[in-house]
Amino acid sequence: MSNQNQRELPRDPAVRALIQQAQRMQLSRRRLLAGAGGLGLAAFLAACGTGGTGGNAGNSTAAAVADMSESDKNVFWANWTLYLDYDDEAKNYPTLDEFAKRTGIKTHYAEDIDGNDSYYGKVQAQLAAGQDIGQDIITLTDWMAGRVIRQGFTQELDHANIPNIKNLLTGLQDVDFDPGRKNSLTWQSGYAGIAYNKAKYPKGLRTVSDLWNPDLKGRITVLDEMRDTMGLLMLDNGVDISSGWGDTEFAAATDVLSKQIANGQIRQVKGNSYKEDFISGDAIAGIVWSGDITQMNFENDDQWEFVLPDAGGTLWSDNLMVAVASPRKSNAEKLMDYYYEPEVAAQVAAYVNFISPVQGAKEAMEKIDPELMNNPLIFPSESDLAKAHVFRSLSAEEETNFNSQFQTSIGA
Amino acid sequence: MTSTVERSRRRKNRGPQDLRSEEELVAERRKGRVGLYLIIPGMAVLALFFAAPVMVLLGMSLYARPPGAEIGEFVPALEFGNYATVVGAYWEVFLRSFLFALIATVAALLIGYPMAYLVAVRLRGRQLMQGILLVLLIAPFFSSFILRTQAWKQILSDEGPVVTVLRAIAILPADGHLTATAFAVVCGLTYNFLPFMMLPIYANLDRLDTNLLEASGDLYASPLTTFFKVTLPLSMPGVFAGTLLTFIPAAGDYVNAALLGNNRDTAMIGQIIDSRFFKVVDYPGASALSFILMVLILALVMIYIKRFGTKELF
Repeated sequence: MSNQNQRELPRDPAVRALIQQAQRMQLSRRRLLAGAGGLGLAAFLAACGTGGTGGNAGNSTAAAVADMSESDKNVFWANWTLYLDYDDEAKNYPTLDEFAKRTGIKTHYAEDIDGNDSYYGKVQAQLAAGQDIGQDIITLTDWMAGRVIRQGFTQELDHANIPNIKNLLTGLQDVDFDPGRKNSLTWQSGYAGIAYNKAKYPKGLRTVSDLWNPDLKGRITVLDEMRDTMGLLMLDNGVDISSGWGDTEFAAATDVLSKQIANGQIRQVKGNSYKEDFISGDAIAGIVWSGDITQMNFENDDQWEFVLPDAGGTLWSDNLMVAVASPRKSNAEKLMDYYYEPEVAAQVAAYVNFISPVQGAKEAMEKIDPELMNNPLIFPSESDLAKAHVFRSLSAEEETNFNSQFQTSIGA
Repeated sequence: MTSTVERSRRRKNRGPQDLRSEEELVAERRKGRVGLYLIIPGMAVLALFFAAPVMVLLGMSLYARPPGAEIGEFVPALEFGNYATVVGAYWEVFLRSFLFALIATVAALLIGYPMAYLVAVRLRGRQLMQGILLVLLIAPFFSSFILRTQAWKQILSDEGPVVTVLRAIAILPADGHLTATAFAVVCGLTYNFLPFMMLPIYANLDRLDTNLLEASGDLYASPLTTFFKVTLPLSMPGVFAGTLLTFIPAAGDYVNAALLGNNRDTAMIGQIIDSRFFKVVDYPGASALSFILMVLILALVMIYIKRFGTKELF
């Protein structure tokens, strides 16, 4: 890029994007509108306007962004809620403070993401136009990570800046949505399985079919995340969800889902808010995420039991990626590298209770909380991992069809 | 109608030289450009924040998805089939949304009118009481819409007080519940839009001339007759505004249905638009649904105004 770009640009992503656009002399009217960013109308106009160009726009402009990490000692990170060690008393994130002390880089951490779909809907237009969204690192689940990488919304990582990538668990080193981990790095992983209230349902559950027991009528919730709920239902039907299934298997599982919704067995299909139904007692059992149960048990006297069904559960990961047009890529890479130090990873795992993707974190946990070393939901055993399956990648066509069928069967 | 006296007084104010007739003046005013200039800012706001988005919405609703397209990729087209598809799939949801909104509007009227009457008429002159009551009625609505709805989930939950009592007196069966039902959704709608019903009625009743009520009594009307023959007809503009302000947002609401409803028979159109837009990433389908919703609401409101409308809204 020209020297002009080296000049310090305003921090506000919308203004910054506008200036960069102008510098590139590509200032079409539509892009100017999209550059106004925050304005919903403009974003919507852009969402419609750039729909036709797909991901290519992102790719071409990505190369044009200069990395200003040297002069700009900040990094902006969008993540999900309750997903980083937080000190309630000091009101800070200890690992981030340590990172700042070591590198002089200040991390602006935002709990901006409360759903893959909604976050995609929010930033898609700007990313497609190749603009800075004001976040350098975004954290999305496998399938959505696959989508944004395919659409050219992320920057390729320089592994030379992330030497600790060697600590990535072997099973996660090569994933089908990002071969060789060129654009993404695992943040945390977890299972979707089933859980029940131990006091209210002492019999317990072993399989997904047990959720359809008549004595649980109207007290079941399942997740509105298609891959988790449908994955578990298909596994229960004996399908290997990691490969080789198609419309028939999917339809068989939606039949089960529709039937159990229609007869009132399933009370509600929900996202994160299913936790409130467990706590209020409206739901006694259901399809859930593993880490939630650990956290809820911690706060509510150990009321629930998480089970990976005999037929298996789903294994998902959230992935760190550098957004296209982020001008602070090496800062972002430094941050990723830092969180792949086993000691730091253990500190995070002790708080978030999801599966740490970092080799050596288990050993490092000994100094923090030796009890957690034996928590199978943070450091799973080989036999647990053998029961956890990854939902296979879907083509754009399949994804649209399956999403549509799933939404229809949950009445939305 | 202005009286002749008034008219001549006005004419005097214009000054002695101005001897043109009223009609001439009106004609001149019509010709004048001032009025036109005055409406320009308003029209500009409308064009920017209403007409432009509607046109974008309409355009988007006709986009097509080319075969093998990436998710979220659509090309400009005139795909009227989008409308047929969404109407075929979701006409029941439209009906349900309007039905729920209608029930909630009637319920809000039945609850809101007496409240407004109490504060505006019965407590007239007792300003402290009026003030306190108004604040109490409005205060809950200072908190977030979502939080209020969440609170209802707790109140109506299976282990909560309402369900426990209803089960004890056998109004609800032992395994019956209130959350995740159509009943809960309508309750949520009624509660959340109650202020929009109450405040216009209050504003109207506040100006009600109580001498008229006395006069009605002097003419031997019973209190009930007075209410139906005097109070209610005079407050119709408030009722009219209140019902519109309740019905329109209620029909498009999705928070209540999402939080208090189930996945079987309570979905409202707002939820469907949300899921088509964000989950399925079907922008044309979501746009078509939004456009249909807008047209239907507009049509319903027009019919309502034609049938029951009064000239004076507030």
